[in-house]
Amino acid sequence: MDRETGLNLALLGVMLAIPLWAMAADEPFLVTLTTRAVIFAIAGIGLNVALGFGGLVSFGHAAFFGVGGYAMGILASHAQGYMPLIEWPILVEGTKSMPVIWLTAICASALTAFAIGALSLRTAGVYFIMITLAFAQMLYYFAISWPAYGGEDGLSIYLRNAFPGLNTMDPIQFFAICYALLLAVLFLVARAARAPFGLMLNAARQNEDRVQAVGQTPYRLYLVAFTISGAITGLAGALFADLNRFVSPSMFSWQTSGEIMVFVILGGVGRVFGPVAGAALFVLLEHVLGGVSDYWHIYLGAILLAVVLYARGGIFGILTGRDTANG
Amino acid sequence: MSVILLVEQTLNGLQFGVMLFLMAAGLTLVFGVMGLINLTHGSLYMVGAFAAAAVAARTGSFLLALVASIAGAAAVGTIIEMAVIRRLYSRDHLDQVLATFALILILSEGTRWLFGSYPLFLDTPPWLSGTLMLPFGIEYSIYRLSMIGAGLCAAAGLFWMIARTRIGIQIRAGENDREMIGALGVNISRLNTLVFAIGAGLAGLAGALIGAIQSVQVGMGEPVLILAFVVIVIGGIGSIRGAFVGAILVGLTDTLGRFALPHLFALFMDASSATSIGSSLASMSIYLLMAGVLLLRPRGLFGAT
Repeated sequence: MDRETGLNLALLGVMLAIPLWAMAADEPFLVTLTTRAVIFAIAGIGLNVALGFGGLVSFGHAAFFGVGGYAMGILASHAQGYMPLIEWPILVEGTKSMPVIWLTAICASALTAFAIGALSLRTAGVYFIMITLAFAQMLYYFAISWPAYGGEDGLSIYLRNAFPGLNTMDPIQFFAICYALLLAVLFLVARAARAPFGLMLNAARQNEDRVQAVGQTPYRLYLVAFTISGAITGLAGALFADLNRFVSPSMFSWQTSGEIMVFVILGGVGRVFGPVAGAALFVLLEHVLGGVSDYWHIYLGAILLAVVLYARGGIFGILTGRDTANG
Repeated sequence: MSVILLVEQTLNGLQFGVMLFLMAAGLTLVFGVMGLINLTHGSLYMVGAFAAAAVAARTGSFLLALVASIAGAAAVGTIIEMAVIRRLYSRDHLDQVLATFALILILSEGTRWLFGSYPLFLDTPPWLSGTLMLPFGIEYSIYRLSMIGAGLCAAAGLFWMIARTRIGIQIRAGENDREMIGALGVNISRLNTLVFAIGAGLAGLAGALIGAIQSVQVGMGEPVLILAFVVIVIGGIGSIRGAFVGAILVGLTDTLGRFALPHLFALFMDASSATSIGSSLASMSIYLLMAGVLLLRPRGLFGAT
């Protein structure tokens, strides 16, 4: 077992141990805090598929996070108000069932990612960064100006959505759901990275011409990666909305895009487990520094600056002594 | 809708576009010469507005406030360029985005710490308030007209500097080949700092001018920054001319869209849903414009292919 695998397992172990201990010590807040880290980790893993494996610097992943959140908000608000979502041509009711909401969130954010990706991937480099940022901002303004679902105020959902056989209002049970989803996403992404698709994507990031020469279309690889990436981040958005029982346009804001990117960078770009470490560290910093000073973003900025300038591999880079995942 | 209202809205769009150009010019210059994507540009806009508000509160002079906005933003720009940003020119775009994102966090929170969370107010000076009668019975705010004038003057000055002065020649040469002009004896790192400071000064000026009709607060810069990104994506990155055309296009599309779309939808649906659908679509119009330009010309209207 190499050092990185050891670190991965230790990370997962700690993330499981903290809430279990907190439950025993009767500290439900700590459980919620860890759940937050787990959800951010899923969002970061999503971005990492595009950013780390495909080299696509998307500064607009808040778009998918927000679409996932609003998928939950819209379905649940219709269910809670007993108003059908669509009456014609077929009757569609809102729902409070988590699996249905997840599926809707994944499909909706995948579609959004496909549309944004299809346009943005016509360009590359710095254009791509600005365009993804601009499209996320478009959805942000749309969410603010669309009065049907709360507009600027957002939507409150009074009860957390239901999962068959579990009491989701119990923090530890909701944590268990999120943790299980994190494991599932990690498993799928690790598999995909080693599958022919992942290898081809990695190759396209390193040299597009050679990939083209062996008969693959980089554009198509990138678009698939971007869509998967958006879908995973959308799932995280639905979970985040469920954690807070609240959705608002701020999920679409450029700060959210920046933060999701920070999860990936703090942990280490291009490593399957990087965003998990990054999200955990982010939540820890947010909690600890936020307690020290109201102006904790200054310290976050300074830490981020130091990581970018001096420790490009993030936490994993420091702990394994290698800057990149591929040695 | 009346013609008078349409003319007024067109002037508003022009004013918005000219201000966007002041923002976009610095971004596109910095990208053209140094290859840097600079997210802190929005913070420099904010710094300019705060410097202007602080000086106006002390001295009561609007002109001094404008000078302070340019000087303050250029000074902060010079400091961050020398301390951090010059290390990023050789890095990839991801590092640039992250480091400048970190700088946004530091500058925004630093400003909040200095000035507090409440918005400051910068008043338009008495000699620029009131309205002016234009031909055909159109009344228009003098201040907004002067904004258009000031912005056009700054744009003309910038074009003149780039086309006619020695520094302009160096900037254009730097866009083509950085190593070569270094080899010819131009102090590249001083040129970089200068270009960054010029861009910062323009952003600061825009911040102060807009700050006088809106409020001056932390976080005011980033929405404008993103609009400026849309502008240079439409115009073509690195092209000042593209930035100008893009800025005017975006300014007019946004303002006229907000004005016309609700009216347009009111033709075939009831008033309240026309207003809500119209304004939602209007808030998306410039991004749809950007998507359209991307479909036709992925490198922007004036971008190098």
